[in-house]
Amino acid sequence: MKWLIGHLWLIPFFPLVAAAVIAFMKKEKREAAPFFAIGAILVSFVLSCLLFLAFIGIQKTPYGHGLSVHLSHYLWFVTGTTPEIVSLILDPLTLTMLFVVTIVSSLVFIYSLGYMHEDPNIVRFFCFLSLFAASMLGLVISNHLLILFMCWELVGVSSYLLIGFWYEKPEAAAAAKKAFIVTRVGDIGFFIGLLLLYQKTGTLLLYGGSYPAIFSHETLDLLKINAVTLPLFGGVILTTILGVLLFFGAMGKSAQFPFHVWLPDAMEGPTPVSALIHAATMVAAGVFLVGRMFPLLEGSGAMPVIAWIGGITALFAATIAVAQFDIKRLLAYSTISQLGYMMMGLGLGGYVAGIFHLMTHAFFKALLFLGSGSVIHGCHGEQDMRHMGGLRKAMPVTFWTYLAGTLALAGIFPLSGFWSKDEILLEAYLHHRPLYWIGTSVAFLTAFYMFRQIFMVFFGSWRGHGQAHESPQTMLWPLRILAILAVFAGLIGTPFLFGNPFRHFLAPGHHAPDPSFFVMAVSTGVALFGIFVAYLLYGRKPLTGEDPLLSYLKGIFILLQRKYYMDELYQNTFVKGANGLARFFREVDELVIDGFLSRTGWATLVLSRFNQWCDNFFLNGGFDRACDGIKGSGGQLRRVQTGRAQDYLLIAAVGAVVLYFLSRIL
Amino acid sequence: MIPLSWYLTLAAVLFTIGLYGVLARKNAVIVLMGIEIMMNAANLNLIVFSRFLPQTRLSAQVFSLFGITIAAAEVAVGLALVIAIFKMMKTIEVEKIEQLKG
Repeated sequence: MKWLIGHLWLIPFFPLVAAAVIAFMKKEKREAAPFFAIGAILVSFVLSCLLFLAFIGIQKTPYGHGLSVHLSHYLWFVTGTTPEIVSLILDPLTLTMLFVVTIVSSLVFIYSLGYMHEDPNIVRFFCFLSLFAASMLGLVISNHLLILFMCWELVGVSSYLLIGFWYEKPEAAAAAKKAFIVTRVGDIGFFIGLLLLYQKTGTLLLYGGSYPAIFSHETLDLLKINAVTLPLFGGVILTTILGVLLFFGAMGKSAQFPFHVWLPDAMEGPTPVSALIHAATMVAAGVFLVGRMFPLLEGSGAMPVIAWIGGITALFAATIAVAQFDIKRLLAYSTISQLGYMMMGLGLGGYVAGIFHLMTHAFFKALLFLGSGSVIHGCHGEQDMRHMGGLRKAMPVTFWTYLAGTLALAGIFPLSGFWSKDEILLEAYLHHRPLYWIGTSVAFLTAFYMFRQIFMVFFGSWRGHGQAHESPQTMLWPLRILAILAVFAGLIGTPFLFGNPFRHFLAPGHHAPDPSFFVMAVSTGVALFGIFVAYLLYGRKPLTGEDPLLSYLKGIFILLQRKYYMDELYQNTFVKGANGLARFFREVDELVIDGFLSRTGWATLVLSRFNQWCDNFFLNGGFDRACDGIKGSGGQLRRVQTGRAQDYLLIAAVGAVVLYFLSRIL
Repeated sequence: MIPLSWYLTLAAVLFTIGLYGVLARKNAVIVLMGIEIMMNAANLNLIVFSRFLPQTRLSAQVFSLFGITIAAAEVAVGLALVIAIFKMMKTIEVEKIEQLKG
């Protein structure tokens, strides 16, 4: 098992091989493709579990705060005499992510088998899914920021491919493009951060062992002392500017305000994709990045930025989610909101709290998305909650698992969401009161909008067309397993059982804040209040006609429903601006450059006409005349050649006589 | 003894007559005859010089013998050509034989 720690690459290797095999698979063997993908990801899952056992079994090697980190270095290439070392890392954060990614991936893969069963392009789907799983696993085990960045882009590409999986739908194609471009804006910041980091430190290794690395004390001290001068801001400490730049990438990937616009549109992709990529794993990569860079960020000026962006995003997206009718879009805004929560937790210094919420959120949000997929499947593709209702009877398994996920997300004791959300709120309560109140109001809104959804979808009477039916078992079993995780996974992080084992695992030696019953009571209270309000509005009497909230809030509801007009704002500023700029440059191109070119062309034409005339008149004329002369003289000379032998002889005779006389004269 | 100039004059007269025949007559056979006369004028010169220049006697006489032989062969070839031309063109008038005209 120790052997496995040195061969971390095996974990992304299997899904990668599966993706390659599926990509080159013959059409006739397409039935086998899903099983290849599922088999590969299950192998990765088993390996992750074995790794976990190996990791806790092994003697700990202290690093920093008694953290145990295992590295395996590889020589990438040599520039001059400087070797570029890449390396893989196994630390508690990696293990947590490996566990989350492989288990959610496995369940989603199995679920997809049922959900995508009738899609003719299921082979392509599993190929992309495997590619995604491989890149995501590569992302979490990478110890070199450039490798991490490559995997980061690879998950972005997989996300693009999967959002646009039904590319014949124009909305899906547009959503894929939007997701790719918006995240790319953040990635530019990330990449500039990498360049700056490499320029200042000369390395992109995170933990170095014997090699120079970013998280060594010397490098961190260097970054904390030195500053760069920026226009407008003046001198900024390097850790701050680096932190903000890296956070830009995280903002794009994790759909933080103002880059959040791509995630709701990404729901155009198949639902398993939404569950895996746009709820549980890839969007959490931004949170993971902040967690990964925590030794650099800790105490820097970037932390308040992260906390506030997170808090604003959490509140902003939660209010939008209140007014959504699309079952998946609502969940998408909920995801953005929860990601903001994680960012807020990390930004407040709650490393464990943020990562813990990442994990629990991955379970219950994947569950909710898969549940919504099951609902959509059962309602024959209907996504509007106004055309659902009363599904509790028709889809009992989906209902109970969905309810478990919803309660976990709402933060009801003792489900997983309660513990992780409570830790974040506790950090906020201790360090930053305004953010604490923002977080608490988000908790209220979360409970409200989730139960609004529950009441609209599962209670009341059926408002749709046709007959809703329960989904096949391949879809229900992943739901059951995820429901168990959503309910119980939080227990590893409670302060009341063995003193928070998750914290000891993830950050040994970190001082844990004492649990505050006030925070717990308030968060549970607001969650219950949110559920109660949702019951009053949507549960007490079944939904008929328009949304009851619309009559209370009117304009505000419309504003929320239209997502604060952010899409319109971007459309009218960036998209129109870019288009206008493009048009302007086209005009410039046509007027100035094309004008210049056509003038030049015209001048060339005139010149060549003149040239042609000169040619015709002088050169050709001269040649013609010379030729005529030669032809004429030839014609004259031709007459000498009479063909009569006697004439020739006569000429010879006359010639001889002439020569004779010539010789006498000369 | 008859002086050298008489012989040379005779040879020149013969040559001129032959040349006239070659250049002026239309009949190909007469043209051939003219060529023979010119050849004999040349042979006469060779013989005369072998008589008046003793050191060239032998080579001049051998040379003139060769000349007579060649003249005979030449007449044979020439008459064969004339016959061939007549067969082809039904005429032996040299003025009408002008295929080599440029």
